[in-house]
Amino acid sequence: MSQTVPLSVPPQPGPWAVELVGIDKRFGPVHANKAVSLRIRAGSIHGLVGENGAGKSTLMSILYGFYQADEGQILVNGAEVRIREPKDAIALGIGMVHQHFMLVEEFTVLENLMLGAEGGALLKDGIRKARAEVERLEKAYRLDVPLDAKVADLNVGIQQRVEILKALYRGAQVLILDEPTAVLSPPEVQDLFRILDALRAQGRTILMITHKLKEIMAITDAVSVLRQGAVVASFHTQDTNEAALAEAMVGRRANPAVRRPGAPAGAPLLTVEDLSIFDERGVERLKRATFRVRAGEIVGVAGVAGNGQSELLEALSGMTPFQRGRVHVNGRDVTPESPMDPAQARRQGIAHVPEDRLRRAVVKPFPAFQNALLGYQDDPAMADGPRLNWKRVAAATARLMEDWDVRPRQPSLRTSLFSGGNQQKLVLGREMERDPNVLLVGQPTRGVDIGAIEFIHRRLLAMRDAGKAILLVSAELEEIMALSDRILVMCDGAITGELAAEDATEGLIGRLMAGITDDMEHGSRADAAGGAA
Amino acid sequence: MDDTALWIVSLLASTVRLATPLVLASLAGFYSERAGVVDIGLEGKMLTGAFAAAATAAVTGSPWAGLAAAIAASLLLALVHGFACITHRGDQVVAGVAINTIAAGLTAVLANAWFDLGGRTPSLDGGQRFLGLHFPLAEAVRGVPLLGRFYGEVIGGQNLLVYLAVLAVPATSWVAYRTRFGLRLRAVGENPAAVDTAGISVPWLRYRAVLITGLLCGVAGAYLSIAQGAGFQENMTAGKGYLALAALILGKWRPYPTLAGCLLFAATDALQARLQGVALPVVGAVPVQIIEVLPYILTVLLLAGFVGKSIPPKAAGQAYVKDR
Amino acid sequence: MSASTNSDGLPRWATLALLPAINLGAALVVSSLVILAIGQDPLSALAFMVKGAVGSGTGLSYTLYYATSLIFTGLAVAIANHAGLFNIGGEGQAYVGGLGTGLVCLALSGWPWYTVLPVAVLAGALFGAVWGLIPGYLQAYRGSHIVITTIMFNFLASALMVYLLGGPLIEHGQMAPESREFAESTFLPAVKEIAAGLGYRTSTLPLNLSLLLALLCAAGVWFLIWHTRWGFQMRTVGANEAAARYAGINARTTIVVAMAISGALAGLVGINELQGVQHRITLNFQAGMGFTGIAVALMGRGHPVGIVLSSLLFGALYQGGAELSFEYNEISPRLVVVIQGVVILFSGALEHMFRPALVRLLKPKAAASAAGQRA
Repeated sequence: MSQTVPLSVPPQPGPWAVELVGIDKRFGPVHANKAVSLRIRAGSIHGLVGENGAGKSTLMSILYGFYQADEGQILVNGAEVRIREPKDAIALGIGMVHQHFMLVEEFTVLENLMLGAEGGALLKDGIRKARAEVERLEKAYRLDVPLDAKVADLNVGIQQRVEILKALYRGAQVLILDEPTAVLSPPEVQDLFRILDALRAQGRTILMITHKLKEIMAITDAVSVLRQGAVVASFHTQDTNEAALAEAMVGRRANPAVRRPGAPAGAPLLTVEDLSIFDERGVERLKRATFRVRAGEIVGVAGVAGNGQSELLEALSGMTPFQRGRVHVNGRDVTPESPMDPAQARRQGIAHVPEDRLRRAVVKPFPAFQNALLGYQDDPAMADGPRLNWKRVAAATARLMEDWDVRPRQPSLRTSLFSGGNQQKLVLGREMERDPNVLLVGQPTRGVDIGAIEFIHRRLLAMRDAGKAILLVSAELEEIMALSDRILVMCDGAITGELAAEDATEGLIGRLMAGITDDMEHGSRADAAGGAA
Repeated sequence: MDDTALWIVSLLASTVRLATPLVLASLAGFYSERAGVVDIGLEGKMLTGAFAAAATAAVTGSPWAGLAAAIAASLLLALVHGFACITHRGDQVVAGVAINTIAAGLTAVLANAWFDLGGRTPSLDGGQRFLGLHFPLAEAVRGVPLLGRFYGEVIGGQNLLVYLAVLAVPATSWVAYRTRFGLRLRAVGENPAAVDTAGISVPWLRYRAVLITGLLCGVAGAYLSIAQGAGFQENMTAGKGYLALAALILGKWRPYPTLAGCLLFAATDALQARLQGVALPVVGAVPVQIIEVLPYILTVLLLAGFVGKSIPPKAAGQAYVKDR
Repeated sequence: MSASTNSDGLPRWATLALLPAINLGAALVVSSLVILAIGQDPLSALAFMVKGAVGSGTGLSYTLYYATSLIFTGLAVAIANHAGLFNIGGEGQAYVGGLGTGLVCLALSGWPWYTVLPVAVLAGALFGAVWGLIPGYLQAYRGSHIVITTIMFNFLASALMVYLLGGPLIEHGQMAPESREFAESTFLPAVKEIAAGLGYRTSTLPLNLSLLLALLCAAGVWFLIWHTRWGFQMRTVGANEAAARYAGINARTTIVVAMAISGALAGLVGINELQGVQHRITLNFQAGMGFTGIAVALMGRGHPVGIVLSSLLFGALYQGGAELSFEYNEISPRLVVVIQGVVILFSGALEHMFRPALVRLLKPKAAASAAGQRA
């Protein structure tokens, strides 16, 4: 197996490197994996796709020994094995690159590589051996990394290479990659794919989790689709296409919501000019964003996670100060010199449903009615002088629960005992019922069941029709396309394009997400995600 | 002139004696905290060690039995700390406070009940203690100005545990930076998930760290009651555990700078005892409390970033929970 | 998944009553073992303690007097805890707060106590607040660790008081490091005088009017934490700082204010100890009350009602322990400190051991209700 032409070569019918048989796993009431069976050919790249919460990461964590399956068998190279902890997996030649890198940032690259594979009680000999071996691996796979640099000083692309090297240094024959491209820029993705290709050429087996179908088509030999904890389909990559995979992922024709155009949009309610955010290292995370959101329209923001969308929401909601530019909202000018905090933002009629609902939109140990007040604790209608009137808050919460179909309808129940979808409805209700002019909403349906998704979409459209301005950030392209009247596409902190809903196609948005703008389009660039050619 | 030299030599000798328990205890803290387990409980472990050492030495007549008992008692409390913080993921600071409180009460109660001397243990005679070691030629070179006394009273003439503390610093540095255990120890205090996914058991690693902490605290306690002192008194650690923690912070969780912190604190302590009621040139008599609080003020300023910045191991204070 | 890690669905009554009872039981078992180890009979010792604490008017008076100080320091620890802060500095805040109270009592010689009291309360609260506020400020704005800073402030308080009582404040011509006695007019009425006013005669007892002040504070803290906007904001900061920022709450000022209130509450110990009983500023008058406040707050689960109850318990332990050591020479009054430590261990650090076990035990009920809620 020394071919270097990577794409769409049928996997040689060879032995199975890994076989998962009837893997079943529950976390309390959540059935994360339902009798999953999966076989992966040695020397192939096997994709694992599915929506958020489909059980992909759990399955791979079981293979890596991070969790124990409740039932089922694992076979490696045809022999049944028991993997109780990562140590067992490593011994079997299984390596994993986690989505959140498992690196010690204060350590050098070399120290990270050696951790757990030091080669003796003293470091001295190990260091020499490690250097030699790593340099060999680096050459074999063109995985250049500065061995003596501190990991904290490296960018994510290089950190990911360190993770891959780490697995190879431990002798991994099977490499699991969890959403490896989520944090990478398009050129870094190309680089990664080149490395994966070289690994396959050397006979290593790769299991790649992703929810990006283009990547599946670009690099894998075979693909399995997980939905709600179960494998619902497996294909040879050459026998399938994105549409079929998407359908398998969501369990019905993708894009079912018929976009319902609203009335022509009115006056701008939110104007953003030249907005930039720099992080503590001075890197520009949001680059001169300029756009408007008008009354009666939903503006969607599309992009690969981590390309500035979060920063944009944070700046507009007042949670993060910005260093350049101007935001005009409801008669107020916000600039770096006169910033706006989240409380002031709410007073300006900006409501915010944050991306990371569990971490910041609710306080989990509080009863639901207290979370229904979160952010609006200054509302004079809910207090008598200094005293908060909890009875009134609870009554209002009960109405909100009715209106938003939050189940169970128990305002005094601990918030953490509600399901993700019901928590999200509580948050959306809280943010939308006070009649804001502008709604900033991030990932409104992440981790929410299908019924609730449709409900939430209907409410967002209804709010738009009531003449409000909505800025929608979502990782789900289908969601953006189904709801938005206009679409902004972001890449590497900059807005790379603005499309009217009628003109938006997945291909066009995809190119803009990869940072390929109009002036480059006429060149010979291929689609970045598949551009290993 | 000669008086000044004598004064300096005695100040140095006293600094070394006062620094020893701080060095042992702060190195103890080094292991635990670098492994990600915050240890407010150094004080309690030391105190328990001090009591166990004095009680055992008084009963058996052997300082070595005393030392062994101190280590055993301190290890027991270290296990309690580990059980609460590692096995049950309890709040590390609260566990430390609990250990200090239990130690303060238990040593007093047991001392009172067993020896009936109002919370003290019997005074130990020379054979029951670790005494100063006489270095060769100390008498012969005593006449050499300054250096002779320095050799005899600062370098030499200290007890065994002082030399143990002196050795513990390079030993700790070597362990932390040159061995596999040290690499893993430092890693687990920064990112336990990285250690876990590398196939290393986080709890077992942390337990080993916490046990080393117990061992060193036991030695520190024994030093107080059967080497430097000649018996146990209620609350005889008197905040030295906290001071050791402060030295560790001052040393930014590194062995040699931590040693420097301990020496600084010990020197202020030695100086304070010598300046009691002495009128200084220019400023006159300074309240000794001002010198006494210098270590505390320094620690506060340092933690607040007014004088440099001391950043603890990233995972310190957090129990490790596999999350998804 | 992560949704259920923090919420095990343990019924409220179990959290509020059963868990503290189990913790207390564990503490009693451990202290019984200690008593056994020193060759005494735990049961008769316990009986003697109970009798000593509540068996007589005198005993009860002492119990309530100790409880008064503990209510102050327990509330202090609890309010900081609600803001997510572990205030180990109650000891120092009580000490410095007492300085404020004492200075007022010294300065206002001749004033009747009821005019001195408000000023003394203000001064005690203010001094204690400053001693709590500085560590709070350093944590909120400079990133210092509040635990270490408050420990250091305990030492600073101690050095400050040793200096003041050994020099500037020492009674002229005396050796003992104490201030002169306050003017008698400023003394807080003790139960003795109140009883005498009602026609009863009792012996000299330490219990005084400040118990009412402590109960008032407990009620005030309850209202503040659960029924005001600020209390809601503080609890949000304590439970989830990211959510607090999202909700437009300024976590920094909240932390500073919480520590100031915490210090102020601890600072009121001096009203009981100095204006109420000692009638002069003495060395170490707070005598571990600040530290015991940690056990009180943990056992009372941060709720003022629980804190009052566990203050009574610890007050009784202090008094019973003192009586016990009079009767049994072998048992040191420091036994109380052991009990206190075990309570901190079990109700604080080992909370995660008991809770899941209890949840499993009560599972049929808890699981059923959880299932119903998830529908």
